[in-house]
Amino acid sequence: MVPLSWYIILSSVLFIIGTAGVLLRRNILIVLMSVELILNSVNINLVAFSYYLQDLRGQVFSIFVITVAAAEVAVALGILIALVRNRGAINVDDIRTMKG
Amino acid sequence: MAETVFFFIFAIIAVGSAVAVVTLRNPVHSVISLMVCFLQMAALFVLLRSPFLAAVQIFVYVGAVLVLFLFVIMMLDIRQASMERFVSGGHFWVIALLVVLIAEMIFIVSRSKFTNMAVATGSRLDGSVKEMGTALFTKYLLPFEVISLILLVALLGAIVLGKKELR
Repeated sequence: MVPLSWYIILSSVLFIIGTAGVLLRRNILIVLMSVELILNSVNINLVAFSYYLQDLRGQVFSIFVITVAAAEVAVALGILIALVRNRGAINVDDIRTMKG
Repeated sequence: MAETVFFFIFAIIAVGSAVAVVTLRNPVHSVISLMVCFLQMAALFVLLRSPFLAAVQIFVYVGAVLVLFLFVIMMLDIRQASMERFVSGGHFWVIALLVVLIAEMIFIVSRSKFTNMAVATGSRLDGSVKEMGTALFTKYLLPFEVISLILLVALLGAIVLGKKELR
């Protein structure tokens, strides 16, 4: 029997790795992949709690998270293609039109 | 115990491939290791008795999202400049932020009351499609409709953004 804490620790480790990817990398594609990693680590947490509490809500929420992640990737890659087409930038540091 | 052994195999491969996603230089290699990571997560969902979610994970992430990533990477030509590994300046604050985050995670997980919880008795879930569908179409009908609207908006947004000329 695997204790719940192992799943929590695994998802926190994946969350930290994803956050490190968002903060440290400068390639915008890798930043998007790290965001996917963060969303998936949250999914592991939701499903683990759903199993250990025997409650369906965790699984339902994790389906919603997966859907929102898919929508987010479609829009983000569309923005990325428009950006590369208009100014040829794939580096996060070069994208500062909005002074962010 | 077989379950523990399988959990360790999946967890170690998942963490290793996640590290590879962040550290590899070439975005194509990152996508491949992200695929490995997502497959391990689907296996973990099976261990958690939710096979439907595991199938959805493989369909949506490995089948759709990662193929989209690969398409975009191969459409744009990756020049040498974009292969640079890490952010050049401002390392100190990023590292400090990460250390704070790690300390916070360790603190929260170690103080949590849920850590040695056993599987709840009473009503058993079997994670079947029937159970999930009944829940989605009765109790969670409004969120389900909202999520389908979000998908429609994302579809329109992707089409408009992908056009030749933005007006």
